[in-house]
Amino acid sequence: MIHIEHLQKSYQVGGRAISALRDINLHIPKGKIFGIIGRSGAGKSTLLRTFNLLERPSSGTVRIDGVDITTLAKGELDRTRQRIGMVFQNFSLLSAKTVAANVEFPLKLAGGHCSEARRRRVDELLELVGLSEHKDKYPAQLSGGQKQRVGIARAIANAPQLLLCDEATSALDPETTQSILSLLAEINVRLGLTIVLITHEMQVIRSICDLVAVIDAGEIVESGEVADVFLHPKHPVTRSLVAEYTHDDFDAAGGTAGGGRRLRLTYVGDAAYQPILTHVVEQTRARITILQGAVSRIKDKPYGQLLVEVGGNDEEAAAVLGLFRSLNVHCEVLN
Amino acid sequence: MDFSNIDWADIGQATIDTLTMTGVSLVFTVLLGLPLGVLLFLTARGQLLEQRGVYAVLSLAVNVLRSLPFIILLIVMIPLTLVLVGTSLGVEGTIPPLVAGTTPFFARLVENVLREVDRGVIEACQAMGAKTHQIVINALLPEALPGLLAAATVTTIALVSYAAMSGVVGGGGLGDLALRYGYQRFQTDVMIVTVSILVVLVQLLQYGGDRLVRRFTRR
Repeated sequence: MIHIEHLQKSYQVGGRAISALRDINLHIPKGKIFGIIGRSGAGKSTLLRTFNLLERPSSGTVRIDGVDITTLAKGELDRTRQRIGMVFQNFSLLSAKTVAANVEFPLKLAGGHCSEARRRRVDELLELVGLSEHKDKYPAQLSGGQKQRVGIARAIANAPQLLLCDEATSALDPETTQSILSLLAEINVRLGLTIVLITHEMQVIRSICDLVAVIDAGEIVESGEVADVFLHPKHPVTRSLVAEYTHDDFDAAGGTAGGGRRLRLTYVGDAAYQPILTHVVEQTRARITILQGAVSRIKDKPYGQLLVEVGGNDEEAAAVLGLFRSLNVHCEVLN
Repeated sequence: MDFSNIDWADIGQATIDTLTMTGVSLVFTVLLGLPLGVLLFLTARGQLLEQRGVYAVLSLAVNVLRSLPFIILLIVMIPLTLVLVGTSLGVEGTIPPLVAGTTPFFARLVENVLREVDRGVIEACQAMGAKTHQIVINALLPEALPGLLAAATVTTIALVSYAAMSGVVGGGGLGDLALRYGYQRFQTDVMIVTVSILVVLVQLLQYGGDRLVRRFTRR
C-alpha cells in the first residue's frame, strides 16, 4: 500500500538546516491499522503529512499503490488527495456549513455525482458514524466526539483506500476517545481501508493498531507487530512509552526482599486464560510472589504480563523457568 | 431654536443624495476591494499563492492610496473623475473618489479578516484535493463572512463621512448642505439638522451591520 524509502525532511532555520525526518523507511500493508507513536516534536506529524504531501519531503520517495506521489503534477496530486482521507486533531470542519454540507463537500470536489446521489451518500455516511439526526446542525452545536465523527464521515466520503489520522483522539476525553477508536476499527474492517494514525498515547496503539512504528528525533527507532513491540520493547523511548501506559514505575531489577529470582513472565493468546501459575506451583512447590501484573488485550489478542519473584535455590529456580518455558510463557530473568 | 426657515425639501434631497453616494460607492468598493483583499491574503508570505513580488506591489499601492488624506484625493482625482463620469461635481462626480478612497481601506480589512480563518480548515481542504479557487469560494469566504460583514459596516460608515466631506469640492448631499447653509450662511439650524441626520444614519448602519454579523455567526 505505502512504501516510504529514504525519506528526509529538513528546514532552514536562520541559515541552519534542521533535520525533521532522517532516512525514514516504512512499509504499510494494505488493510492494516498502522500506528506511529512518538513524543511531541519527534516528527510524527511531519511524517504523516508527507503521505498526502501537505508536507513535501526534501528527498526520498512516497509510493502509494506503486505511484511515487512526490513526482505528481498539481492536478494529479489533487485527484490523488481526493482518494486519501484525513482526520485532524482539531477536527477542522467548515463552521459555516451544516454537518451534511461538510460531509458533502469532498463529494462536490471530486465531481461526478448528481446532487441526488450526493445526498444519498451523505445520508449513508452519517448513518455509518451515527449522526443522522444531527445532519442540519452546525459544527459549533456538536460535542467534540460528534465533531470528530463528522470529520471521519467527511474523510471517507469518497471511499478512499487510505485514511490518515493526525492525533484524531488527542482533543477528546478518554470515553469519547474509546468510541472514536472503535469507530475507526469498525471502518477498517467494514470498508477494508488502510488506516495510518499518529499518536503520543500507547493506549491508542494498543486498542486498535496491528502494526506500530516508534519515532524519536526524526528517526524510526523500532517497529513491528503491536504485541511484540508493546510486550518486549527494546529501544529506551519505546520502553518509557510502554512504562507510562502500564504505570510500570517498579524498579524491576532492584534489590529483592527475599533474595529470590525476579522474572518477567509474558504470555499471549489463550494462555492468558489458563491457570498457569497454579500449574507451576503445583508441579514444583515453588514459592512465587506476584510483585506486579496485568492481564489485558492488545487489539483482540489477550495477554498477560507478570513480574514475579521465585524463592528457593538455583536448581529449583531453573526447574520453574523450564516449566514456564514449556508452557509457552516468555521468561525474562531480571536479576 | 427656530427651525421654521429650513427648506425641508432640500434636506430630503440631500439625504437621498448622501444615501445614493454611499450605496453606489459601497457596491463598487466591495466589487473591487474584496478581490484585492483576497489577492493580498493569498499572495502573502506562507499563504496558498505566495508571490512576494505581487504582494509587495499590491501592498505598496494600497498604502499609497491610504496615506492620501481624502480631501486631497478628491482634488487629485478631478481629471480622472471627468474622464470616468463626465463631471467632477454633484453625486456622480463624488463616486469615483469615494471608491478610490475606501477600496484600499476595505481591501486591507478583508486581508486581516481572512488571516483570522483557521489554518487547519484551509489545510483540510487542501488534503481533500481542493484547488485554490475552490478553497476561496467554499471555505475561506464563508468562514470569514461575519468578519467581512463587520468590515463592510466599518467601510460604509467611512463612506458616509467621506461623502459629507465631498461637499467642499462641489459634491452633493448633506455635507454640501451643511457647508453652504450652515457654515457659509451662518444658518446654525441647517447645521444642526444635517449633523443630526448623519448621526442617526451612522447609528442605523452600525446597528444593521451588527445584526447581520450576528445572523451569520456560526461559532
